[in-house]
Amino acid sequence: MMGNTMSLVSAALKEGRVAPTELCQRCLSLIKSTKFLNAYITVAEETALKQAEESEKRYRRGQPLGVLDGIPIAVKDNFNTAGIETTCASNMLKGYISPYNATVVQKLLDQGAVLLGKTNLDEFAMGSGSTDGVFGPVRNPWSYSRQYKEKSVPKSHSEDKDSNWVITGGSSGGSAAAVSSFTCFAALGSDTGGSTRNPAAHCGVVGLKPTYGLISRHGLIPLVNSMDVPGILTRCVDDAAVVLGSLAGHDPKDSTTIQDNFKPFELSNLPDVSKLSIGIPKEYHAPGLSSEILALWSKAADLFKNAGAKVIEVSLPHTRYSIVCYHVLCTAEVASNMARFDGLEYGHRSDMNKSTESMYAATRREGFNDVVRGRILSGNYFMLKQNYENYFIKAQKVRRLIANDFVKVFGSGVDILLTPTTLSDAVPYTEFIKEDNRTRSAQDDILTQAANMAGLPAINVPTALSERGLPVGLQFIGRSFQEKQLLTVAKWFEKQVKFPTIQLEEVKRHDHGVFQHQKSASFL
Amino acid sequence: MLKYSAIEILAPWVPVVGLEIHAQISSNSKLFSGSQVQFAAPPNSLVSFFDASLPGTLPVLNRRCVEAAVMTGLALNCSINKKSLFDRKHYFYADLPAGYQITQQRVPIAVNGSLSYSLCIDNKMSQMVTKTVRIKQIQLEQDSGKSLHDDTRSQTLVDLNRAGVGLMEVVMEPDMCCGEEAAAAVRELQLILQTLGSSQAVMSEGQLRVDANVSVHHPGEPYGVRTEVKNINSIRFLAKAVDYEIQRQIKELESGRTILNETRAFDSKLGCTVPMRDKEGKQDYRFMPEPNLPPLILYDAKSLPANMNHQQVVNIDWIHERLPDLPSVKRAKLVERYGILPEHSFTLLNEDGLSEFFEDVIKQTQMKPKKVIGWILKDLLSYLKKHSLTVKESPVSSFLLADLLNRLEEKEISSTAAKQVFAELWKGEGKTPLEIVKEKKLQLIQDQKDLEQICQTVIDGQENEVMAIKAGNRKVLNKLIGLVQRETQGRSNPVLVKQLLEKKLSE
Repeated sequence: MMGNTMSLVSAALKEGRVAPTELCQRCLSLIKSTKFLNAYITVAEETALKQAEESEKRYRRGQPLGVLDGIPIAVKDNFNTAGIETTCASNMLKGYISPYNATVVQKLLDQGAVLLGKTNLDEFAMGSGSTDGVFGPVRNPWSYSRQYKEKSVPKSHSEDKDSNWVITGGSSGGSAAAVSSFTCFAALGSDTGGSTRNPAAHCGVVGLKPTYGLISRHGLIPLVNSMDVPGILTRCVDDAAVVLGSLAGHDPKDSTTIQDNFKPFELSNLPDVSKLSIGIPKEYHAPGLSSEILALWSKAADLFKNAGAKVIEVSLPHTRYSIVCYHVLCTAEVASNMARFDGLEYGHRSDMNKSTESMYAATRREGFNDVVRGRILSGNYFMLKQNYENYFIKAQKVRRLIANDFVKVFGSGVDILLTPTTLSDAVPYTEFIKEDNRTRSAQDDILTQAANMAGLPAINVPTALSERGLPVGLQFIGRSFQEKQLLTVAKWFEKQVKFPTIQLEEVKRHDHGVFQHQKSASFL
Repeated sequence: MLKYSAIEILAPWVPVVGLEIHAQISSNSKLFSGSQVQFAAPPNSLVSFFDASLPGTLPVLNRRCVEAAVMTGLALNCSINKKSLFDRKHYFYADLPAGYQITQQRVPIAVNGSLSYSLCIDNKMSQMVTKTVRIKQIQLEQDSGKSLHDDTRSQTLVDLNRAGVGLMEVVMEPDMCCGEEAAAAVRELQLILQTLGSSQAVMSEGQLRVDANVSVHHPGEPYGVRTEVKNINSIRFLAKAVDYEIQRQIKELESGRTILNETRAFDSKLGCTVPMRDKEGKQDYRFMPEPNLPPLILYDAKSLPANMNHQQVVNIDWIHERLPDLPSVKRAKLVERYGILPEHSFTLLNEDGLSEFFEDVIKQTQMKPKKVIGWILKDLLSYLKKHSLTVKESPVSSFLLADLLNRLEEKEISSTAAKQVFAELWKGEGKTPLEIVKEKKLQLIQDQKDLEQICQTVIDGQENEVMAIKAGNRKVLNKLIGLVQRETQGRSNPVLVKQLLEKKLSE
């Protein structure tokens, strides 16, 4: 039950094979027994159970609100949730309780979803490992899978067997881990440079970054307003389509959302890819791309070829400038967006009270980690009058060139681009932290970022397990607002690759024992 | 050498004055949020999540504010930009919760306009000149909150009611040269804004805030270093502040000192400008595009998309067609329609509600407008000024004044008596002019025989004067008329009295 897709659970709810409260309880106790993953910052047990009870009443009356009614979900802790702490994994917002719900959260609740809690991330979503939050790193559930354990040979016996755990990727690592460890059926992430797709790839789940403007950002605490998009993490492509359908469309509270109404869609069960033209951008054969992933990528291309699709190599020449361009635009907006955290209206306030200025300085020093402070500093540097032309304006021009590359390629008849999502499978935490956040972000965002620059929809589809028994995903990038086509292709691909299910000891125990014996499972 | 420096000292200085004016937009809600706009509401009672800059909130542009800016731009002969942009201007201040202000730095909503204003020379209303100042631009931006410093408890209290209220910043080119010009230009702008309803523009309530940029230079030389004068809260103080600053700069330069590019505050009590403590040296506002607002697109009849929801678009032509008469047009119409003097039309418009009062009186009386204007300007207005009242607060309504003027016109009372009645009406005791006339026995002596009798008595008592008149000194007749008036306590018609006296003297 717990490892099922949302669609199957939804059917079970409808048929009364499981009750919303029971489902919620199961998720809550699984969250408890997988606490060591550190996927959740806040578990909203009480409100979740209340929501589940409400849902149950609706089912009893035979009036559920739709497919999401009673479905346990999790939300990244940079979305505002009324009454539930919203921290952004930062000292600055520790204990902050928002008075309002983000539009996406409200939409999910309005459709009966049960909000289990808020998931872990890098502080203010700045990072690619989910290792740089004030609540500590998120552990990749696959680190504890039978698949990984069988393949990874401890280097020495003296080494702690727990030291091999790998990162989730980030910054929506908590959400990816939550979906992957079966503690919820869908989760919201955010995606600015790859923050949904990257952890999705490392955790073996579907990660959708919709077109910029398709889903409201109101209530999402921003990283880069011009690139941020709420992301969707699910166990299968169909589920992603369902969640997308429930969230997309104009929001009067977000002026950058599309004006037109969005029509939710269902994906064909027999998708036809034979008439499609799949582009393989050569620039994504980036330095550092693991041979394993390269091989998977070309195998995937062959799959399409064999199905009758046209597969052609294309070029996105400006993509290689994406990282440095992103660095300027991101830090500039970060510097601006973070200016509001001054300790006056909300959040952390330092005890320093010599002057307003010294209070600001101390508040921000105590409230933000080094990564955030570093980005604020460089962003302000790029925005100085004497630097603005040379950095910010130039970066904007480069961004336009990057976006135009996509326009040209799609204009030439290509329907979908196929690329790797990450350069390699997830690395152990001990490896990961050998490099600093900036270096890691630059490496890890390389394959995902350009889609944000251009505002295009993109999706990670789990593809296979690496030699180490860890998930590897591939990315599809579609035309603006052509989510249906993108997801159709993704679904076809998903069917071909038959990505294996994670085998977690905890989940097994849960699905069998817990509810008969009413005792919580303990791990280790 | 001596001669040279003498010339230099004697060379006249040319003062240059430019203005930056912030006008609060008159609208129910703020520029980017649904919070109400209201003056003097309890502190922090009109603050939305966005106004308090809660994380995750986004700006949503208020259509009414855009329309007000377009209206103002059109009234100031600006070209309206069909596409304008919003920018963030960064600085840390307690009453700026987001750490930046959303403004229009790169492409404002309106540019390249002009404003014509008139002022009188040497304080003589009869000698008016019309001048023009160029309008550089009008930009939409957010107002900040208010900080209140409690020095005794060393606390700063912040009220965010004003935070996010829509402002129009009107930038006037340095085309003015003295305080009086600046004051006249701002007064005209104020009238225009009030006529349009785009701002209530009450300076004392902070709805209109004026900063003056002042510099002086010698003719033919480049402009001097300028100072910015702030904290000016009335039009009268604007003139004072600018003139003080011009004189100060001239004195400084003539004593061989230099002018600093600084911000100065006008101290209305001392009547001078003093340097303001600058916010930690030079500010770099680190402007960047506001990423949460798409470009502001305006349409005209030609570009208006057919399938667009009309609630969603702002149509410049539509607004243009519905602009009310501007003060200059109103004045011309008053002069044309009523035959009054141009300078009188200025006075009528300068006082809020006075031209409407004037026209109301005209509608209710047979008296000629040229005569009515005298009563309005000499009597009503001077009473109002004396008692510091606005037209709306006048105890004498247009109805009562018209009633009074009708009695004068009907020759029921003399003009002297009419003034007495007016004084009584001013007391606001609820009496009608007729009641006052009766009570004070002010009606003209209608019985000619009675009047003849009084005239005869006066003639009989003034032998010398009668002799003089008979000898050809006609001027003395006025004295006799005056005596009759005194005798009748102003209740005689001077024209009639004159006729009667003349008749009697020629007998």
